[in-house]
Amino acid sequence: MRERSWPVRAVAGFGRFWVDFLVGDTPELFVGAVLALGIAAGVAASGSVGASVVAVAFLPLAVLGVLSASLLRARRGGSG
Amino acid sequence: MIAAVHTSSVVLVVAVFLASAVEMVEALTIVLAVGVTRGWRTALSGAAGAVVVLGALVTAVGPALVHVPLSVLRLAVGGLLLVFGLQWLRKAVLRAAGLKAKHDEDAIFAEQVAELSGGSSPGGGPGTPAGAAGQGQSRRSGSLDRTGLVVAFKGVFLEGLEVVVVVLTLGSTSHDVPLAALAAGAAVVLVAVVGLAVARQLSSVPENAMKMAVGLMLVSFGTFWSGEGVHVHWPGADAAIVALVAFYGLAAWLLVRLLAARPRPIAERVAEVEHA
Repeated sequence: MRERSWPVRAVAGFGRFWVDFLVGDTPELFVGAVLALGIAAGVAASGSVGASVVAVAFLPLAVLGVLSASLLRARRGGSG
Repeated sequence: MIAAVHTSSVVLVVAVFLASAVEMVEALTIVLAVGVTRGWRTALSGAAGAVVVLGALVTAVGPALVHVPLSVLRLAVGGLLLVFGLQWLRKAVLRAAGLKAKHDEDAIFAEQVAELSGGSSPGGGPGTPAGAAGQGQSRRSGSLDRTGLVVAFKGVFLEGLEVVVVVLTLGSTSHDVPLAALAAGAAVVLVAVVGLAVARQLSSVPENAMKMAVGLMLVSFGTFWSGEGVHVHWPGADAAIVALVAFYGLAAWLLVRLLAARPRPIAERVAEVEHA
Protein backbone atom coordinates (compact mmCIF):
# COMPACT_ATOMS: atom_id res chain seq x y z
CA MET A 1 0.00 0.00 0.00
CA ARG A 2 1.32 3.46 -0.94
CA GLU A 3 2.00 5.83 1.92
CA ARG A 4 0.10 9.11 1.94
CA SER A 5 2.09 12.29 1.45
CA TRP A 6 2.80 14.48 4.49
CA PRO A 7 0.30 17.27 3.61
CA VAL A 8 -2.51 14.69 3.41
CA ARG A 9 -1.39 13.15 6.70
CA ALA A 10 -1.16 16.60 8.31
CA VAL A 11 -4.69 17.56 7.19
CA ALA A 12 -6.07 14.16 8.30
CA GLY A 13 -4.31 14.51 11.65
CA PHE A 14 -5.66 18.04 12.08
CA GLY A 15 -9.20 16.85 11.30
CA ARG A 16 -8.85 13.90 13.66
CA PHE A 17 -7.68 16.21 16.45
CA TRP A 18 -10.79 18.40 16.15
CA VAL A 19 -13.18 15.44 15.90
CA ASP A 20 -11.59 13.88 19.00
CA PHE A 21 -11.56 17.26 20.73
CA LEU A 22 -15.21 18.15 20.04
CA VAL A 23 -16.96 14.79 19.67
CA GLY A 24 -14.76 12.11 21.23
CA ASP A 25 -16.80 9.38 22.90
CA THR A 26 -19.65 11.74 23.81
CA PRO A 27 -21.33 12.70 20.49
CA GLU A 28 -24.54 13.45 22.41
CA LEU A 29 -22.87 16.48 24.04
CA PHE A 30 -21.82 17.93 20.68
CA VAL A 31 -25.14 17.25 18.93
CA GLY A 32 -27.15 18.41 21.97
CA ALA A 33 -25.21 21.66 22.30
CA VAL A 34 -25.60 22.43 18.58
CA LEU A 35 -29.35 21.69 18.74
CA ALA A 36 -29.81 23.84 21.87
CA LEU A 37 -27.99 26.74 20.22
CA GLY A 38 -30.00 26.33 17.02
CA ILE A 39 -33.31 26.44 18.88
CA ALA A 40 -32.17 29.42 21.01
CA ALA A 41 -31.14 31.23 17.81
CA GLY A 42 -34.57 30.51 16.29
CA VAL A 43 -36.42 31.75 19.35
CA ALA A 44 -34.27 34.90 19.66
CA ALA A 45 -34.70 35.67 15.95
CA SER A 46 -38.48 35.16 15.97
CA GLY A 47 -38.96 38.69 17.24
CA SER A 48 -42.11 37.72 19.14
CA VAL A 49 -43.01 39.34 22.47
CA GLY A 50 -40.94 37.81 25.27
CA ALA A 51 -38.72 35.86 22.85
CA SER A 52 -35.56 37.17 24.53
CA VAL A 53 -36.77 36.10 27.98
CA VAL A 54 -37.67 32.64 26.64
CA ALA A 55 -34.24 32.29 24.98
CA VAL A 56 -32.46 33.38 28.21
CA ALA A 57 -34.33 30.75 30.21
CA PHE A 58 -34.18 28.08 27.52
CA LEU A 59 -30.43 27.96 26.82
CA PRO A 60 -29.12 27.08 30.33
CA LEU A 61 -31.98 24.61 30.88
CA ALA A 62 -31.31 22.93 27.51
CA VAL A 63 -27.58 22.70 28.29
CA LEU A 64 -28.43 21.13 31.64
CA GLY A 65 -30.76 18.69 29.88
CA VAL A 66 -27.97 17.68 27.46
CA LEU A 67 -25.55 17.12 30.37
CA SER A 68 -28.13 15.09 32.34
CA ALA A 69 -28.90 12.91 29.31
CA SER A 70 -25.20 12.23 28.75
CA LEU A 71 -24.72 11.35 32.43
CA LEU A 72 -27.65 8.95 32.29
CA ARG A 73 -26.15 7.35 29.18
CA ALA A 74 -22.86 6.88 31.05
CA ARG A 75 -24.78 5.50 34.07
CA ARG A 76 -26.34 2.87 31.83
CA GLY A 77 -22.90 1.97 30.50
CA GLY A 78 -23.25 3.66 27.10
CA SER A 79 -20.00 5.57 27.44
CA GLY A 80 -17.31 6.12 30.05
CA MET B 1 -20.30 48.41 34.50
CA ILE B 2 -16.80 48.53 36.03
CA ALA B 3 -17.85 45.93 38.60
CA ALA B 4 -19.19 43.70 35.79
CA VAL B 5 -15.95 44.04 33.81
CA HIS B 6 -13.91 43.20 36.93
CA THR B 7 -16.12 40.22 37.69
CA SER B 8 -15.64 38.98 34.15
CA SER B 9 -11.84 39.41 34.40
CA VAL B 10 -11.69 37.58 37.72
CA VAL B 11 -13.74 34.67 36.35
CA LEU B 12 -11.54 34.65 33.21
CA VAL B 13 -8.31 34.50 35.25
CA VAL B 14 -9.63 31.79 37.59
CA ALA B 15 -10.97 29.65 34.71
CA VAL B 16 -7.78 29.88 32.64
CA PHE B 17 -5.54 29.37 35.68
CA LEU B 18 -7.35 26.24 36.87
CA ALA B 19 -7.68 24.73 33.37
CA SER B 20 -3.98 25.33 32.70
CA ALA B 21 -2.96 23.92 36.08
CA VAL B 22 -4.93 20.70 35.52
CA GLU B 23 -3.45 20.19 32.05
CA MET B 24 0.06 20.99 33.27
CA VAL B 25 -0.19 18.43 36.09
CA GLU B 26 -0.91 15.82 33.42
CA ALA B 27 1.97 17.04 31.23
CA LEU B 28 4.35 17.16 34.21
CA THR B 29 3.58 13.51 35.04
CA ILE B 30 4.83 12.51 31.58
CA VAL B 31 7.91 14.77 31.75
CA LEU B 32 8.85 13.39 35.19
CA ALA B 33 8.47 9.82 33.92
CA VAL B 34 10.70 10.57 30.92
CA GLY B 35 13.22 12.37 33.16
CA VAL B 36 13.49 9.47 35.60
CA THR B 37 13.84 6.79 32.90
CA ARG B 38 15.53 8.56 29.96
CA GLY B 39 17.45 11.40 31.55
CA TRP B 40 16.47 14.97 32.42
CA ARG B 41 18.16 16.52 29.40
CA THR B 42 15.92 14.51 27.08
CA ALA B 43 12.76 15.23 29.12
CA LEU B 44 13.41 18.96 29.38
CA SER B 45 14.41 19.25 25.70
CA GLY B 46 11.17 17.57 24.60
CA ALA B 47 9.11 19.78 26.92
CA ALA B 48 10.92 22.95 25.82
CA GLY B 49 10.39 22.07 22.15
CA ALA B 50 6.66 21.68 22.73
CA VAL B 51 6.49 25.00 24.61
CA VAL B 52 8.22 26.78 21.71
CA VAL B 53 5.80 25.31 19.12
CA LEU B 54 2.80 26.18 21.32
CA GLY B 55 4.11 29.71 21.80
CA ALA B 56 4.45 30.12 18.04
CA LEU B 57 0.87 28.88 17.63
CA VAL B 58 -0.52 31.47 20.07
CA THR B 59 1.55 34.23 18.43
CA ALA B 60 0.29 33.27 14.97
CA VAL B 61 -3.39 32.63 15.74
CA GLY B 62 -3.99 35.17 18.56
CA PRO B 63 -3.76 38.43 16.54
CA ALA B 64 -5.73 36.90 13.62
CA LEU B 65 -8.77 36.43 15.88
CA VAL B 66 -9.13 40.22 16.19
CA HIS B 67 -10.20 40.38 12.52
CA VAL B 68 -13.08 37.90 12.89
CA PRO B 69 -16.56 39.58 13.24
CA LEU B 70 -17.55 39.67 16.91
CA SER B 71 -20.87 37.76 16.62
CA VAL B 72 -19.20 34.97 14.59
CA LEU B 73 -16.33 34.82 17.08
CA ARG B 74 -18.72 34.68 20.04
CA LEU B 75 -20.81 31.90 18.50
CA ALA B 76 -17.80 29.80 17.40
CA VAL B 77 -15.80 30.32 20.58
CA GLY B 78 -18.85 30.04 22.83
CA GLY B 79 -19.92 26.81 21.15
CA LEU B 80 -16.38 25.44 21.46
CA LEU B 81 -16.21 26.33 25.16
CA LEU B 82 -19.67 24.91 25.76
CA VAL B 83 -18.88 21.49 24.24
CA PHE B 84 -15.41 21.39 25.81
CA GLY B 85 -16.78 22.46 29.21
CA LEU B 86 -19.61 19.91 29.08
CA GLN B 87 -17.02 17.15 28.53
CA TRP B 88 -15.01 18.30 31.59
CA LEU B 89 -18.10 18.75 33.76
CA ARG B 90 -19.51 15.35 32.77
CA LYS B 91 -16.27 13.57 33.73
CA ALA B 92 -15.98 15.50 37.00
CA VAL B 93 -19.60 14.70 37.97
CA LEU B 94 -19.13 11.00 37.12
CA ARG B 95 -15.92 10.88 39.19
CA ALA B 96 -17.46 12.74 42.12
CA ALA B 97 -20.44 10.33 42.06
CA GLY B 98 -18.07 7.34 42.09
CA LEU B 99 -19.12 6.13 38.63
CA LYS B 100 -15.71 6.71 37.04
CA ALA B 101 -12.22 6.10 38.42
CA LYS B 102 -10.45 9.25 39.52
CA HIS B 103 -7.44 10.39 37.52
CA ASP B 104 -4.54 8.79 39.35
CA GLU B 105 -1.29 10.61 38.51
CA ASP B 106 0.75 8.10 40.54
CA ALA B 107 -0.64 5.20 38.48
CA ILE B 108 -0.07 7.11 35.22
CA PHE B 109 3.50 7.93 36.32
CA ALA B 110 4.19 4.26 37.16
CA GLU B 111 2.69 3.17 33.82
CA GLN B 112 4.82 5.67 31.87
CA VAL B 113 7.98 4.64 33.74
CA ALA B 114 7.26 0.95 33.08
CA GLU B 115 6.63 1.63 29.38
CA LEU B 116 9.75 3.72 28.95
CA SER B 117 12.07 1.42 30.87
CA GLY B 118 10.68 -1.99 29.96
CA GLY B 119 8.29 -1.66 27.02
CA SER B 120 9.18 -1.98 23.40
CA SER B 121 9.16 0.71 20.79
CA PRO B 122 9.98 0.79 17.10
CA GLY B 123 13.54 1.42 16.06
CA GLY B 124 15.41 0.18 19.08
CA GLY B 125 13.04 0.97 21.91
CA PRO B 126 13.92 0.52 25.54
CA GLY B 127 12.66 -3.05 25.65
CA THR B 128 14.99 -4.20 22.92
CA PRO B 129 18.69 -4.85 23.50
CA ALA B 130 19.52 -2.00 21.12
CA GLY B 131 17.10 0.28 22.91
CA ALA B 132 18.42 -0.59 26.37
CA ALA B 133 21.97 -0.10 25.18
CA GLY B 134 21.03 3.17 23.52
CA GLN B 135 19.28 4.31 26.67
CA GLY B 136 22.29 3.63 28.84
CA GLN B 137 24.61 5.19 26.30
CA SER B 138 22.50 8.35 25.93
CA ARG B 139 22.36 8.74 29.72
CA ARG B 140 26.10 8.29 30.05
CA SER B 141 27.00 10.60 27.20
CA GLY B 142 24.28 13.12 28.00
CA SER B 143 23.00 12.88 24.42
CA LEU B 144 19.28 12.98 23.62
CA ASP B 145 17.19 9.83 23.57
CA ARG B 146 14.79 9.82 20.61
CA THR B 147 11.92 7.87 22.23
CA GLY B 148 12.06 9.93 25.42
CA LEU B 149 12.23 13.16 23.43
CA VAL B 150 9.12 12.24 21.39
CA VAL B 151 7.16 11.14 24.49
CA ALA B 152 8.01 14.34 26.40
CA PHE B 153 7.26 16.54 23.37
CA LYS B 154 3.94 14.83 22.63
CA GLY B 155 2.82 14.89 26.26
CA VAL B 156 3.50 18.60 26.72
CA PHE B 157 2.24 19.54 23.24
CA LEU B 158 -1.10 17.71 23.48
CA GLU B 159 -1.86 18.87 27.04
CA GLY B 160 -0.59 22.35 26.15
CA LEU B 161 -2.79 22.51 23.06
CA GLU B 162 -5.86 22.36 25.29
CA VAL B 163 -4.43 25.25 27.33
CA VAL B 164 -3.87 27.20 24.09
CA VAL B 165 -7.49 26.63 23.02
CA VAL B 166 -8.76 27.81 26.43
CA VAL B 167 -6.47 30.88 26.43
CA LEU B 168 -7.40 31.92 22.88
CA THR B 169 -11.13 31.29 23.22
CA LEU B 170 -11.67 32.81 26.68
CA GLY B 171 -9.13 35.56 26.05
CA SER B 172 -10.53 36.65 22.69
CA THR B 173 -14.17 36.75 23.81
CA SER B 174 -13.20 38.73 26.90
CA HIS B 175 -11.00 41.00 24.72
CA ASP B 176 -8.02 40.15 26.90
CA VAL B 177 -5.81 37.44 25.41
CA PRO B 178 -2.72 38.83 27.27
CA LEU B 179 -4.50 38.49 30.66
CA ALA B 180 -5.57 34.93 29.79
CA ALA B 181 -2.02 34.09 28.64
CA LEU B 182 -0.63 35.58 31.86
CA ALA B 183 -2.99 33.42 33.97
CA ALA B 184 -1.96 30.32 31.99
CA GLY B 185 1.72 31.22 32.32
CA ALA B 186 1.35 31.64 36.09
CA ALA B 187 -0.30 28.22 36.32
CA VAL B 188 2.44 26.58 34.24
CA VAL B 189 5.20 28.11 36.41
CA LEU B 190 3.40 27.24 39.66
CA VAL B 191 2.78 23.62 38.63
CA ALA B 192 6.37 23.24 37.39
CA VAL B 193 7.84 24.62 40.63
CA VAL B 194 5.49 22.69 42.96
CA GLY B 195 5.73 19.58 40.78
CA LEU B 196 9.51 19.52 40.87
CA ALA B 197 9.47 20.14 44.62
CA VAL B 198 7.03 17.31 45.36
CA ALA B 199 8.10 15.15 42.41
CA ARG B 200 6.10 11.94 42.10
CA GLN B 201 3.40 13.10 44.53
CA LEU B 202 1.14 14.66 41.94
CA SER B 203 -1.77 12.53 43.12
CA SER B 204 -2.09 14.85 46.11
CA VAL B 205 -3.35 17.61 43.78
CA PRO B 206 -7.17 17.82 44.13
CA GLU B 207 -7.55 17.31 40.40
CA ASN B 208 -11.24 16.37 40.27
CA ALA B 209 -12.30 19.40 42.32
CA MET B 210 -10.27 21.61 39.96
CA LYS B 211 -11.78 19.89 36.93
CA MET B 212 -15.28 20.42 38.33
CA ALA B 213 -14.57 24.15 38.84
CA VAL B 214 -13.09 24.51 35.34
CA GLY B 215 -15.97 22.58 33.78
CA LEU B 216 -18.48 24.87 35.52
CA MET B 217 -16.70 27.98 34.31
CA LEU B 218 -16.21 26.77 30.74
CA VAL B 219 -19.88 25.75 30.46
CA SER B 220 -20.95 29.12 31.94
CA PHE B 221 -18.68 31.12 29.62
CA GLY B 222 -19.73 28.91 26.71
CA THR B 223 -23.45 29.39 27.40
CA PHE B 224 -22.98 33.14 27.78
CA TRP B 225 -20.86 33.75 24.68
CA SER B 226 -22.67 31.34 22.36
CA GLY B 227 -25.94 32.90 23.57
CA GLU B 228 -24.62 36.35 22.71
CA GLY B 229 -23.57 34.96 19.32
CA VAL B 230 -27.16 33.95 18.53
CA HIS B 231 -28.49 37.31 19.85
CA VAL B 232 -29.72 36.20 23.27
CA HIS B 233 -29.66 39.32 25.47
CA TRP B 234 -28.57 38.32 28.98
CA PRO B 235 -29.96 40.39 31.84
CA GLY B 236 -27.16 42.16 33.72
CA ALA B 237 -24.71 41.74 30.79
CA ASP B 238 -21.39 40.17 31.94
CA ALA B 239 -22.71 39.70 35.48
CA ALA B 240 -24.95 36.95 34.07
CA ILE B 241 -21.82 34.75 33.90
CA VAL B 242 -21.74 34.62 37.70
CA ALA B 243 -25.44 33.65 37.78
CA LEU B 244 -24.74 30.91 35.23
CA VAL B 245 -21.82 29.58 37.33
CA ALA B 246 -24.13 29.45 40.36
CA PHE B 247 -26.92 27.76 38.37
CA TYR B 248 -24.66 25.08 36.88
CA GLY B 249 -22.85 24.64 40.23
CA LEU B 250 -26.10 23.88 41.99
CA ALA B 251 -27.19 21.57 39.17
CA ALA B 252 -23.85 19.69 39.24
CA TRP B 253 -24.11 19.23 43.01
CA LEU B 254 -27.65 17.83 42.62
CA LEU B 255 -26.56 15.54 39.76
CA VAL B 256 -23.66 14.15 41.83
CA ARG B 257 -26.02 13.43 44.74
CA LEU B 258 -28.63 11.83 42.47
CA LEU B 259 -26.13 9.65 40.62
CA ALA B 260 -24.35 8.60 43.82
CA ALA B 261 -27.61 7.76 45.57
CA ARG B 262 -29.20 5.73 42.76
CA PRO B 263 -28.55 1.98 42.87
CA ARG B 264 -26.59 0.57 39.98
CA PRO B 265 -28.47 -1.28 37.22
CA ILE B 266 -29.40 -4.91 38.03
CA ALA B 267 -27.48 -6.31 35.03
CA GLU B 268 -24.28 -4.68 36.32
CA ARG B 269 -24.73 -6.17 39.79
CA VAL B 270 -25.52 -9.63 38.36
CA ALA B 271 -22.33 -9.49 36.28
CA GLU B 272 -20.35 -8.55 39.39
CA VAL B 273 -21.77 -11.51 41.36
CA GLU B 274 -21.00 -13.89 38.46
CA HIS B 275 -17.40 -12.68 38.35
CA ALA B 276 -16.93 -13.00 42.13
